[in-house]
Amino acid sequence: MAYPKEFEKSIRKVEETREERLKKLPERMKEKEKDELLKKWHPDYKPEAKRKLKVGVSKGSIVPNEVADIIEAYPLIKPDEIDLSQVDYEADVLIIGGGGAGTAAALYAYYEGIKPENIIIATKLRHGDSNTIMAQGGIQAADKPNDSPLIHYLDVIGGGHFANKPDLVARLVMDAPLIIKWHEELGVMYDKKPDGEMITIHGGGTSRKRMHSAKDYTGMEIMRVIRDEARNVGIKVLEFSPAIELLTDGNGRVAGALLYNLETEQYYVVRAKATIMATGGFGRLHIQGFPTTNHYGATADGLVMAYRVGAKLRDMDSVQYHPTGVAYPEQIVGLLVTEKVRSLGGQPVNVDGEQFVHPLEPRDVEAAAIIRECYGRNKGVVTPTGMRGVWLDSPMIDMIHGEGTIERRLGAMFRMFSRFGIDMRQEPILVFPTLHYQNGGIEIDADARVLGKNGTIEALFAAGEVEGGVHGKNRLMGNSLLDTQVFGRIAGINAARYAKKARKPRSLSLEHVNKYVQELKKARIKEERKAPLLLPDYRGKEVLSRAIDIL
Amino acid sequence: MARKSKKGEKQEMEMVRIYIMGKEYKVPAGLTIMKAMEYAGYRYIRGAGCRAGFCGACATVYRKEGDYKLHADLACQTTVEDGMWLVQLPFTPANKAIYDMDKIEADDKTLVNFYPEIARCVSCNTCTKACPQELDVMDYIQASLRGDIAKAAELSFDCIQCGLCAMRCPAEIAHYHVAQLARRLYGKYIAPKARHLEERVKEIEEGKFDEEMKKMMKMSVTQLRKLYNARDIEPEED
Ligand SMILES: Cc1cc2nc3c(=O)[nH]c(=O)nc-3n(C[C@H](O)[C@H](O)[C@H](O)COP(=O)(O)OP(=O)(O)OC[C@H]3O[C@@H](n4cnc5c(N)ncnc54)[C@H](O)[C@@H]3O)c2cc1C
Ligand code: SF4
Ligand code: SF4
Ligand code: FES
Repeated sequence: MAYPKEFEKSIRKVEETREERLKKLPERMKEKEKDELLKKWHPDYKPEAKRKLKVGVSKGSIVPNEVADIIEAYPLIKPDEIDLSQVDYEADVLIIGGGGAGTAAALYAYYEGIKPENIIIATKLRHGDSNTIMAQGGIQAADKPNDSPLIHYLDVIGGGHFANKPDLVARLVMDAPLIIKWHEELGVMYDKKPDGEMITIHGGGTSRKRMHSAKDYTGMEIMRVIRDEARNVGIKVLEFSPAIELLTDGNGRVAGALLYNLETEQYYVVRAKATIMATGGFGRLHIQGFPTTNHYGATADGLVMAYRVGAKLRDMDSVQYHPTGVAYPEQIVGLLVTEKVRSLGGQPVNVDGEQFVHPLEPRDVEAAAIIRECYGRNKGVVTPTGMRGVWLDSPMIDMIHGEGTIERRLGAMFRMFSRFGIDMRQEPILVFPTLHYQNGGIEIDADARVLGKNGTIEALFAAGEVEGGVHGKNRLMGNSLLDTQVFGRIAGINAARYAKKARKPRSLSLEHVNKYVQELKKARIKEERKAPLLLPDYRGKEVLSRAIDIL
Repeated sequence: MARKSKKGEKQEMEMVRIYIMGKEYKVPAGLTIMKAMEYAGYRYIRGAGCRAGFCGACATVYRKEGDYKLHADLACQTTVEDGMWLVQLPFTPANKAIYDMDKIEADDKTLVNFYPEIARCVSCNTCTKACPQELDVMDYIQASLRGDIAKAAELSFDCIQCGLCAMRCPAEIAHYHVAQLARRLYGKYIAPKARHLEERVKEIEEGKFDEEMKKMMKMSVTQLRKLYNARDIEPEED
């Protein structure tokens, strides 16, 4: 056993209570109970962790401090030093971000009739290095006879605390089966029964079993198939070339973007008839110091760029903490333990092997319950580095579904823990909430057009984790992969339709950036922070304290 | 509260020596290779993607002192060891075949037609030994050669396309591209279609849910909340 000796007593207790716990689950919480729990224990309900935005279209709205820090930050460039007269790339449709949403958008722009050489995906890391490729659990779609888009609608909107935009939710659930069908036709290997029926299970907050999966590599399977397809049709991809600002035509129409080659440090000017923002989420901002499940490039660049051009933000006050991030071993702290572990029967239990919450409450409730168990009731397990966590009793899965289930359906999880000497078939795993998902984002309409103060911002679309409104204040598992595909598709189609009718933007401008800087100065914001962040900096403190910039 | 306590964390940190591209650094024991390189002062541009074992961006090879073997692993999923000499290989040049999935067929020649080099496999098993996912890489190449698409798809399913197999193969095969095609052929042509899915898509296209959806969209929060709280939940058991 790779666990420290101090854990042994507690693990024994978990083993002793297992038989009993198999027979009975705790009650699901009533609404009032949930509300009280959230208020007291969910990190989102701490007022001191947030503040009002001082500038921009959504001035006055409340966001986490870390988000305010990058919104109230100065640009990386001085607009006057940039030569916009030389255009490096021309595009009908420019897509910023090569994850699930961006790639789906590119393919649908192509299906809509745009030539592949006129579609550009500009992305920060490699094509597919994204949150999408990390999604394990699954993707929701109401395609079984006992289910319907209407029931799915209710689950989404209730899970989102009724704050979602109804027309976005309707698109999400009505287009879901169509997306799964598209994937099936592309050759995505969804888990199926021998007769072809999709194997579907519950996720937190679902009332029907509608979670489709491809083992616990669902996002990877979807991502690598659509990426392969994008390569087949010849879509142009610029890797390690993040966007650092949007460009406009000087009259409020978005006209492309300024890219930055991370390796050569030169900039590129891309002129585009239509632009799609698909940069994903913000996990690497480490809201409230939490570790995160997100990929290396999840630094909310899209929010910053779109906000400077006038996009509204919404629901940014709520942040999703995944209830089960790794709490031990130290090497992988914060990484995701998929919800599927609970869907398949793994129960959260405390240091004494007792149940304290139903395994499949909505994420915020589940997370708050775990935090309360550790810090309110002092019933957590303390790790050698002083972190606290609760057990997720994974060996129950094979007891319920038969030996071999963990290896077959949770291969990625099993492999990750095995690499560090923990056999989750035999031993429970230690978990604590981790920063997972950006619930809110740039506001869009049901055609994926970005909304500003006075209606839509011309020629700018957004899809995926960067946009808000689909999930209200809390996203349910399986609805964000879906979001990327549904709204990626819609953005791709509408950007293509727009581009087919539009002329090339006649001039290119960064004037909106100058204006934003003036606003920052007027609000007396000091010039100490710059954004977009592009990449987090994890270099050792000692090295940084002696680093000098001379080359 | 998610952070570990500051107290006592730093005292007597055990250090190990690693050699990053031949240069010695002392780093705390118990870090992953990725975090150790960052500790040593490297800031990644290439070589880091998901940081969690899913994207294959952090392919790394290393030798240990006194060990003849050249190991291959993922920097984000491997703990540093004293005396490790390492370098990252964040990019693998490899040609991908171009195909139109609607026009090709899943027969026993498809894979070898698109990737004739698989016939050059000398069964040395080097690819299998290099695979950080511990897949039976040689077996899926052999299955591909036999035309057993289903087997190749199944054996390669957990491939994160890191390229380490391709870097080591004496027959110069790009295994993960072969496997990608095998899986897509399987998913599209061999796996049985989900009939309920087709049904549902048809119902949606015929507008079966449109009326009720419109009503739902207009409901007040109070009405929705009532419906939501009264939902019947499909039982957990299969
Ligand atoms: C570990 C994990 C597990 C998850 N599990 C599930 C699940 O089971 N089910 C589910 O539905 N959802 C899940 N999610 C959520 C879901 O995966 C994401 O919300 C979704 O994939 C986001 O897709 P996206 O295309 O919007 O963003 P991403 O997939 O993150 O893609 C954004 C891309 O944009 C790039 N980019 C960023 N900034 C710039 C810039 N300035 N210029 C150019 N490019 C840029 C990024 O590098 C990245 O490639 C999970 C998320 C994580 C992290
Ligand atoms: S099969 Fe090759 S590319 Fe795939 S994970 Fe293994 S070594 Fe990496
Ligand atoms: S390394 Fe190449 S030649 Fe050797 S077994 Fe693998 S595929 Fe065959
Ligand atoms: S960084 Fe993605 S596998 Fe290591």
